[in-house]
Amino acid sequence: MIPTPYRVRSRRPDRADTVTLTLEPVEGACPPFLPGQFTMIYAPGVGEIPISISGHARSGGYLQTIRAVGAVSRALCGVRVGDVVGVRGPYGTHWDLAATAGMDVVVAAGGLGLAPLRPVIRELAAHGARYGRISLIAGTRTPATLLYPRELARWARDFDVLVTVDHPDRAWKGPVGLITKLVDRIVFDPARTCAFVCGPEIMMRATAERLMGRGVPAHRIAVSLERNMKCGIGLCGHCQLGPLFACADGPVLGYDRVAALMEVKQL
Amino acid sequence: MDPVVLDSLDPLIGRLRARGYAVVGPTVRDGVIRFAELGSAADLPRGWSDEQEPGRYRLRQGDDLVFGFAASPDSAKRYTQPPRSSLFRWRDGVAEETPVEAPRVALLGVRACDLAAIAVQDRVFLGGRHPDEAYRARREALFLVAVNCAVPSGTCFCASMGTGPRATTGFDLALTELAEPHLFLAEAGSERGGELLAELPHRPAGPADLEAADEVSRTAAARMGRHVDLDGVKERLVEQRESPVWNEIASRCLTCTNCTMVCPTCFCTTVEDATDLAGGGAERVERWDSCFTLGFTELGGAPVRGSGAARYRQWLTHKFSTWVDQFGTYGCIGCGRCITWCPAGIDITEELERLR
Repeated sequence: MIPTPYRVRSRRPDRADTVTLTLEPVEGACPPFLPGQFTMIYAPGVGEIPISISGHARSGGYLQTIRAVGAVSRALCGVRVGDVVGVRGPYGTHWDLAATAGMDVVVAAGGLGLAPLRPVIRELAAHGARYGRISLIAGTRTPATLLYPRELARWARDFDVLVTVDHPDRAWKGPVGLITKLVDRIVFDPARTCAFVCGPEIMMRATAERLMGRGVPAHRIAVSLERNMKCGIGLCGHCQLGPLFACADGPVLGYDRVAALMEVKQL
Repeated sequence: MDPVVLDSLDPLIGRLRARGYAVVGPTVRDGVIRFAELGSAADLPRGWSDEQEPGRYRLRQGDDLVFGFAASPDSAKRYTQPPRSSLFRWRDGVAEETPVEAPRVALLGVRACDLAAIAVQDRVFLGGRHPDEAYRARREALFLVAVNCAVPSGTCFCASMGTGPRATTGFDLALTELAEPHLFLAEAGSERGGELLAELPHRPAGPADLEAADEVSRTAAARMGRHVDLDGVKERLVEQRESPVWNEIASRCLTCTNCTMVCPTCFCTTVEDATDLAGGGAERVERWDSCFTLGFTELGGAPVRGSGAARYRQWLTHKFSTWVDQFGTYGCIGCGRCITWCPAGIDITEELERLR
């Protein structure tokens, strides 16, 4: 439960309320992480929150994308390069890419849900030959809130990338509306497809249900749960969803394990 | 070592103190039984008894027993998992771990339900992928002197939970108070318990002493104030997630957190961060939390469990259903504290029946 000091090596604003930090241990190297895992980041004197790891920076540090919504995330978004914060982890389950080899892959991201999926997408972009047909679909509120736009453009050279927005501006020429519509537009063989879905709960449910509607079995659809977490290691009790601890049993879980739980309001 | 008979508890308290233990046991404070350090057996609440019913606790003068009362608002949790503990201080970009306070404490007078609660805590804190080393240190510093209940309260239901009233495991010593003549039957449950017992003035227990002790536990089991039917309860609570009963309970529940504060197995915690105004450092403190608070599930500015019904459902379902999935045991040990200390008198044994 004791954080390790990490220095902020860079701070890149992504959108009006979101920044990506590069965090490196003051001493030594970052412990290895698996795509989908998170760390607990401590803003000294303010608090600690779970933030997914979005990848390694070239220097080796963790890239972590944070949106300012509460006291801790606001403090973390407001750090300056050179500041020291605390980091524990990485913790939790991961997106199981190994089981995906040779299969079609659908990556579906809602809003900031692109951040925990970014290591998966980078792997798919780097080793596309290991997989079948790859599709990335993403939904965001407005074109201005789209995360990682440059990378999305790069990834679009390697596989199908479709982005939809709720509220288009005049320049927007892409799809408008719910991400579920994009599920209908992409090509995959449902019997041989794995899907990685991350975003608001309602978006994950709708996307998973639509994927199942097209024939993808629930156990090949992985979602990532977000809950209030204080410890990140299954001891504080905050992140429970029925029998699951989102921090230790999750955050990445097969939809077959969580579909019934996600249906119950306020569980 | 075979069971023995003790005339007095003073030599036991004295030997434990000589071994460096702070002896903590029940005392009368503020109209209730509270755990506090004992100087001698005279500090024990001799002659006091309690009346417990939903939302009601009263001490009264009772039989001439030292342990003539049932569960108190304190439990061993106060010692295994203190209400507040500092985790670390942060100064100049460095975390200094706060040394774990694990004083040698002999808990005198824990009941079978309390031992069952500690066994549950052992699974929660030590059985997972990330054992809680602070808990382990505090746990290993405890010497447990159990007392077999003679007088269960109106809210007790350990017999139906299979956790009491007689302590069968998890103790160093177990005492049974015998009334006439006033004696204590003592059994060792561990090697160090046996060693200690051998040092005390005692006589071997005879068949009559053993029979008298058995009779105490038999009588206590027959006098349980309450009962739960565990048959199918785990599955039933999951099936009843959308039951209107949760809303009805919520119309009475004040979400005050009392039940979780007195519960000996509720383990949830939160952390508090504070900055030191003088030096620019910061401290992180862990403290008991409750799933009944709105902030418990706060996510992006809004609680996941916004309704009292959802919070009560979480608590009761956790105790009797999802706890089993997580830890292979119920999260309830039948002490009845949550019933007694609920200001609205909500009775979990009754609510479980209504959720059939």
